[in-house]
Amino acid sequence: MAIDTKTVNRVAFLARLKIDEDKIEATEREFNKILNWVEQLNEVNTDDVEPLSAINETDLICREDEITEGSQAEKILANAPMSEYGYFVVPKVVE
Amino acid sequence: MEKLTSQTIHETLDGLKNKSFSAVELTKDYLRAMEEKRLLNAYVLETPDKALAQAQEADRRYHNGNARALEGIPLGIKDLFCTEGIRTTACSHILDGFVPPYESTVTGKLFAAGAGCLGKLNMDEFAMGGSNENSFYGPVYNPWKAEEKLVPGGSSGGSAAAVAANICAAATGTDTGGSIRQPAAFCGVTGIKPTYGRCSRYGIVAFASSLDQAGPIAKDVRDCALLLNVMAGYDEKDSTSAKRNVPDFTKVLGQSVRGLKIGIPAEYRPEGLNAEIAACWDKGIEMLKSAGAEIVNISLPHSKYALAAYYIIAPAEASSNLARYDGLRYGLRVSGDHLDNMYINTRSAGFGQEVKRRIMIGSYVLSAGYYDAYYLKAQKVRRLIRDDFVRAFADCDVILTPTAPTAAFPIGDCSMRENPINMWLNDIFTVSVNLAGLPGLSLPAGLSAAGLPLGLQLIGRPFDEETVFKAAAVIETETGFERLK
Repeated sequence: MAIDTKTVNRVAFLARLKIDEDKIEATEREFNKILNWVEQLNEVNTDDVEPLSAINETDLICREDEITEGSQAEKILANAPMSEYGYFVVPKVVE
Repeated sequence: MEKLTSQTIHETLDGLKNKSFSAVELTKDYLRAMEEKRLLNAYVLETPDKALAQAQEADRRYHNGNARALEGIPLGIKDLFCTEGIRTTACSHILDGFVPPYESTVTGKLFAAGAGCLGKLNMDEFAMGGSNENSFYGPVYNPWKAEEKLVPGGSSGGSAAAVAANICAAATGTDTGGSIRQPAAFCGVTGIKPTYGRCSRYGIVAFASSLDQAGPIAKDVRDCALLLNVMAGYDEKDSTSAKRNVPDFTKVLGQSVRGLKIGIPAEYRPEGLNAEIAACWDKGIEMLKSAGAEIVNISLPHSKYALAAYYIIAPAEASSNLARYDGLRYGLRVSGDHLDNMYINTRSAGFGQEVKRRIMIGSYVLSAGYYDAYYLKAQKVRRLIRDDFVRAFADCDVILTPTAPTAAFPIGDCSMRENPINMWLNDIFTVSVNLAGLPGLSLPAGLSAAGLPLGLQLIGRPFDEETVFKAAAVIETETGFERLK
């Protein structure tokens, strides 16, 4: 599956990254090289093999759905590049 | 007299208990050594005030007779661990100035056991790399043959270099595909990636959550065991941490390996394997054999596919984990005319090349239409790799392999710079262990003809770090490897 410029730009947007115009071709070439390399996995017969997503396949432990460390808005906002009135500040998203 | 900073943790603890020196004296020695060796670029932040305050508390406790397990031992902390009130950046520009309001579970446990914090250690950005060249703060120099400007390995390059250069007593590391073991091998020190779930991941900046594990890098096997005793254990803040008893890992050190079955996987000796690495491996096999262990030839048939599976799974998880860096809640923010452009500008300026590469691969393999062909396929191969180990461990108790395919290489290596896959090949002997969630330890087992350390890896059954430590201690004693003083 060869990757073209359109795909590189689409994936970059999905990842919210910008690829500079003069780097698109190189990125495309590198992307194709990597994908060709991982396609060696197609040599492996995986019929009837269940995917392994978590190595310790035990049930996740549930706890009561209750606040454990609440009321720390100040600490949470302390690292925000911009905050006001106890909120994160974002660029305007509604007209 | 030997310098205090050259001593292992167990030697240092004896000295502190006997009051041969104080924790403050020891810490000052380390701080001085750090200053002398700043050119290595191992630390990205030094925290002398914190270290000295902790040392004073340690001296009080030795005086009062209530010293804890690691009382007065000054550690370096990989910059991937959140440390309360101390800048933590994962060596990424995107986390500029981030000061965590909380402590990672592992560092919290170490400090609660009396260990001190000398500072934060350099690493590949977000733990992505095998040479420490991907750090926003610049490369780390391997203290071996410093004039040749070699890499320390990665991603825990600062940790391994600092331990080797005696500018910390030991260090924390993390390992997603070999990031503790490969730098330990390159720098002639010992490091263990414990079983997945052994240590809590809470407060460790996430890279690939199904693979990441914390572990110690230290001057010898016993020091690793002492540190893991403290670092390990269930934590309700990490749902994947294991509810398992933590044994005293030092108990097995010095025990006989008579009758122990050592697995030697045929697939780890590919055609063209570096002759020095092969010879070092053969020597390790002989040592265990002479100590009474039984050598068993095993097969891990899917080994050759581990790297490709890893470089789908790890980037997929990374692209998801790193979606949180949006310029809103912490770190760098580069403005844009609307929300999407603010995200794009921030992330494009904040992430380095390798991190962007992996986010792109991850986003692609998870995107509609490609998920089954790449991501699901890789997860199926992951199961086959895990099953290979399950079968192998029916015939053996522990597996011995080389840690890395080469010794440390020069900073700026062209073949690796031009083709990222060449850099990724460094992980060839280590990634399977992460995919299968097993414990793996690297220890120095000799020098190359050029005088560079070579490492051997021991791989154990899940939660059987004890057998790994036991076998490692035998090789360590037999090798008599000389650390840098």
